[in-house]
Amino acid sequence: MEYAIQQTLNALSFGAEYALIALGLAIVFSIMGLVNFAHGEVIAFGGYTMVIIGSILTKNPWVLMVGVLLGSVLASLVLERVAFRTIRGADLTTGLLTAFGVSIILQNLFLLLGSPRPMAATQFIFLDQPLRLGPVSVSSLQVLETLTIFIAIGILMFFLRKTTLGIAMRAAALDFEMVRLCGIRANRVIAGAFAISGLLAGLAGIFIMARRGSVEPHMGFDPVLIAFVACVIGGFGSLPGAVLGGFLLGIAEVAVLVLLPQSMGGMAQAVVFTLVALILIWRPDGILSPASEKGDKL
Amino acid sequence: MLQIKSLKVFHGQIEALHGADFSVPEKQCVTLLGPNGAGKTSTLSAITGTARSTGAIRFNNEDISTLSVEERQRRGIAISPEGRRIFSNLTVHDNLLMGAAVRKNKKAISAEIQEWFTHFPILGERRDQPAGTLSGGEQQMLAIARALMSRPKILLLDEPSLGLAPQIIVKIYDIIKSLKEQGMTILLVEQNASAAMQVSDYVYVLNNGLISSQGPAEEFGDGSALMDQLTGIHS
Repeated sequence: MEYAIQQTLNALSFGAEYALIALGLAIVFSIMGLVNFAHGEVIAFGGYTMVIIGSILTKNPWVLMVGVLLGSVLASLVLERVAFRTIRGADLTTGLLTAFGVSIILQNLFLLLGSPRPMAATQFIFLDQPLRLGPVSVSSLQVLETLTIFIAIGILMFFLRKTTLGIAMRAAALDFEMVRLCGIRANRVIAGAFAISGLLAGLAGIFIMARRGSVEPHMGFDPVLIAFVACVIGGFGSLPGAVLGGFLLGIAEVAVLVLLPQSMGGMAQAVVFTLVALILIWRPDGILSPASEKGDKL
Repeated sequence: MLQIKSLKVFHGQIEALHGADFSVPEKQCVTLLGPNGAGKTSTLSAITGTARSTGAIRFNNEDISTLSVEERQRRGIAISPEGRRIFSNLTVHDNLLMGAAVRKNKKAISAEIQEWFTHFPILGERRDQPAGTLSGGEQQMLAIARALMSRPKILLLDEPSLGLAPQIIVKIYDIIKSLKEQGMTILLVEQNASAAMQVSDYVYVLNNGLISSQGPAEEFGDGSALMDQLTGIHS
């Protein structure tokens, strides 16, 4: 029983982390058709913000958390302004290549200005403590992570349904030109999407830092790659799809590790991606692929 | 209010309109009539800024041809576009809200949305339904209402009769008629000449990207002769 609860929580917390990052990718993609592979560097930038603030200002973890969030939002907004605004309206491959370029440049900047080796940033590790719930002992970090994603989804849903900018973002996902024809400034909608994306990256960054206790230049790349897969199986551009895909991946990963015999542990990734392939054969556009129809000309 | 001089419109390398001059005076309804592919929608796209164009577009004595799509709308140009392009994933209410996004006064906006709902009960009943579930005629009403929510100085209407049943076309044109009576300036684009004639003050006939004839609406009678000419169908 205890084992089952622990593994369930494991799956949920992995899934939550993937879902947070996948949501950040999906919200930008849904609006401007850009797969932002530099999203991982936004996470890493948040980590470096923590190191910088931690070494010159304060080591108070709560201040550092705010710093990570602000740093990530800022990095995301700057990337939009400097790199992605110039290629707005270009096709998917241009965006993809630009994002990879930006990602590589940033990783190298982190190498040059930071260090190729991991730099310690341990102030968030206190989040990870054994927590006793009756007879079961679980990790507080995992509980926090799972709770955070649900709160984040709740706030995001409220924002997207009840605020003018949020509704405009949903409308833009369907027909951006029509949104501009309503007088809503494209720059504002896109900057809004990047800000939210950065905020989600910052949240994910806090949990990643709590687990690793260090930053390094490439730390964001792998999580984003997994989040990308989560987006693909959920249906690229669909926000519920991104969350679903993230959780499915988390659950599959843990389930495979639990169910597979120890000796075949190395095969876990292979099994997970076989499942992904099967899902894509079943639904090539992803499970919850978004509607893409525009006004009909009869 | 709106003056167009030697306007050429391009879609990629293709020139869709080969130089047109026309104007829309205040509180008048000016109509561009023409068959498919005549360049009607391209003309509207040039005015709203969504298509590349050369020539002069003056609105209230200001050259707007270099302004962005958003800024032109904010000057008071609203469009009910071809194919209606309502936000089918948003509710009826939120579609109207998007139309009013440039306005600040939240109270006035919700009062006005309420007014539309009493005016068109069918929209009111579907207030919280996705707009994609509306019928064609209801979507057309919604598209016009959305455009009006920004309190525009000029309303561009792109084929409001497109794909609708005759009795629905009558309804839509009743709306346009009452807008005109309230003093709205309208630039209408149509293929359906006889419907357009009911509301037009002045007519330009577009053919293959050129204005082939023009004149006060009275000169075109009830539009049936034009209808023959445009569509080859005897109505």
